[in-house]
Amino acid sequence: MRFRYSLLILPLLFATNLHAADWLQFRGSENRSTGGDTKLPTEISSDKNVAWKSPLVGKGVSGPIVVGKKVFVTASSGPVVQDRLHVLCFDADSGKQLWHRQFWATGRCFHHPTSANAAPTPASDGQRVYAFFSSNDLVCLDLDGNLQWYRGLGTDYPKAGNDVGMSSSPLVAGGAVVVQSESQGDAFAAGLDVLTGETLWREDRKLGPNWASPALLRDKEGKEAILIQSATVLTAHEPRSGKQIWKYDTSCSIIPSATAVGDKVFLPAKGLTVLEATATTTSPEVAWESNKLSPGNSSPVIVGDQVYILNSAGVLTCGDVNEGTVLWQQRLAGKFWATPVVAGEHIYCINDAGKCFVVKLGAEKPAEPITGELGEAVLASPAVSNGALFLRTEKHLWKIAGQ
Amino acid sequence: MRLLSCSAAAVALAWLFSSAPAAEPAHDLSPELAKIRAVQPKGDGHRDAVAAMKKVSQADAAALPIVIAAMDDSSPLVENWIRAAAEAIAQKQVDKNQPLPLAQLELFLKDTRHSPRGRRLAFELISLQDKTAQERLIPTLLNDPSVELRREAVKKALDDAASISTKENKETAAKLYQNAFAAARDLDQIKVASAKLKELGEAVDVPTQMGFITGWKLLGPFDNVGEVGWDTAYAPEKGVDLTKSYAGQKGEISWVDHTTTDDFGIVDLAKALDKHKGAVTYAYAEFVADKAQPADFRLGSINATKLWVNGKELAANHVYHAGIEIDQYIAKGELKAGKNTILLKVCQNEQKEVWAQDWKFQLRVCDKIGSAILSTDRPVTRTSALPGKNVR
Repeated sequence: MRFRYSLLILPLLFATNLHAADWLQFRGSENRSTGGDTKLPTEISSDKNVAWKSPLVGKGVSGPIVVGKKVFVTASSGPVVQDRLHVLCFDADSGKQLWHRQFWATGRCFHHPTSANAAPTPASDGQRVYAFFSSNDLVCLDLDGNLQWYRGLGTDYPKAGNDVGMSSSPLVAGGAVVVQSESQGDAFAAGLDVLTGETLWREDRKLGPNWASPALLRDKEGKEAILIQSATVLTAHEPRSGKQIWKYDTSCSIIPSATAVGDKVFLPAKGLTVLEATATTTSPEVAWESNKLSPGNSSPVIVGDQVYILNSAGVLTCGDVNEGTVLWQQRLAGKFWATPVVAGEHIYCINDAGKCFVVKLGAEKPAEPITGELGEAVLASPAVSNGALFLRTEKHLWKIAGQ
Repeated sequence: MRLLSCSAAAVALAWLFSSAPAAEPAHDLSPELAKIRAVQPKGDGHRDAVAAMKKVSQADAAALPIVIAAMDDSSPLVENWIRAAAEAIAQKQVDKNQPLPLAQLELFLKDTRHSPRGRRLAFELISLQDKTAQERLIPTLLNDPSVELRREAVKKALDDAASISTKENKETAAKLYQNAFAAARDLDQIKVASAKLKELGEAVDVPTQMGFITGWKLLGPFDNVGEVGWDTAYAPEKGVDLTKSYAGQKGEISWVDHTTTDDFGIVDLAKALDKHKGAVTYAYAEFVADKAQPADFRLGSINATKLWVNGKELAANHVYHAGIEIDQYIAKGELKAGKNTILLKVCQNEQKEVWAQDWKFQLRVCDKIGSAILSTDRPVTRTSALPGKNVR
């Protein structure tokens, strides 16, 4: 009887005020880096189509998220180590800073100079924001900046942490916020209750450095699973219980993350490995593997029958999702950390120097990309919402939108 | 982690009211603050604290000093919960263009019995509305127990020194830099002050200022091929005898003296003993303390390490080639009066990458805010850099 009651009440507890245009987490609400039919300008630079540009405190390579009319972003600061954590909220229309909350990191704060303690992109369920940091601090605030709970996972598991810096972004599903923290000292994935921050489950992972993020698998039946990608295995879990549904042993990349679309999982492994899998599969099947579609730091992006890969040489490759064949390649330039986003008929790729490349989607090789310069470093993946592109550069949060 | 008992919390509040009688909270927040202070690691106490936060965050601004006082003797986790409540309270007041209780917050700031982070937050809130605050208050904070507050005063001292012509007022500039150097606890400020003093021809002893151990006895290499050495207790772990020789990885080995001249105490084992791979070395030092006291043993190493103080294992970090930083691993320990022993095990693995060849460490002994604790038999260069000393 108690179980039945739980089943009834759970959807109410986690009911959200989701808007179709929200961009709720790393790589968007669907975790696929696609902004749907949203029409964005194709000319993007520091002096074109900038709706607003707001200064940010500290450092950060975390991406912005959008909930309704609010944009959230994290930052970190500090004189020697970045032990001051910031969560900021901006008005999406005006760029005005609505609130700013600060905390003191409780875990390891070291990182490579190019990164920051604020490396993971925050996540939201439409009612709360979950800000995660390299130091394994996890902050839950409501949309007005009121603290709901605070977990110091670095306190709980003091050996978790990589002094090069962690970057795995949290994911929210089934009333759980799922985090992944893998290093030589400790390695785990965990699900925490969105309302209380209490640990629902924790799974030990193999010790070793890893920067990949949990990925959302929402299959054609609408059932959800969380994909946890480690160096030697991909596992699928029920979000709230953590129960392992299936696993696939292989040598996975430890920076780009898997992308799931329908009943296919595009896994950065052996180049790119595509698995036929659902949230109820017991044993995933390999559809194809291709070492010619090998992601660098950015995660795979899938649109229709095409998969788009940015490799470590700055080449954008388009492949066929059914065969794994390469359809075309386009050399961009520079190094890419940000995963590209798709809006309308284009894919938006931004390199670490802040140069934007807007490339037409499709199976046919497109014309030369439209380019523009932002003039600031970009390591964070952008957000797409309500006809606008939200960008986090080294010192600013930008809204790019057509006139 | 220490948490205040109810009686200790009451004492903290009594301090507050003894120094800030004007603060009259509209509602007694003690029950809610107690629930927030009861938050423990791993989510324990969250349910009660979540409910309590809703009430505390809605408190009147007059309650701010009481709310912030709940940080006293609390854990870093609790400090964050309390900070969030205080910021929410303050923001409502600021958004309404209403005054914060500045006088009470300033009394709070000046009472160093309150927690360093609570006092820092009070300073930040005061600075939101009192534009004279920084100019008035920062010069008083040069030796503050809050590292964050002290930093502001050191910055001012450095700025003041930089504004002086060193040609015309070399002595004044040097004096300001010396004061900044003596007070600085943040690495960036120590580097700036020491560099400026060196430019002015002043003697600077950075390792002494920071408490780095520079004289070591080294023994190695022992075998760590396949990382077997990590769990192997070689002879020094069973008892250090500096007169003995041992069968090492490549032949007989015995203890050798090594003194580092690096400003930050780095001992480069690849230079001191050679570029061994899959190897273990022990480093040993004796430390004479003038009294029994708690101490931080702050270690940096790019290799896997284990640390023992007086035979007690204080730290084990089985991490290879993920960076080396000053204060990378902070182990809390105890010094006893008289002779103490420090034994460090430094393991190198067999990675072949260019960036995986380093084999080195640095270790300092200091108090909880980074002030050096020096062995009484340390050869000391008498300079203004000595902790707590501002004059030659």
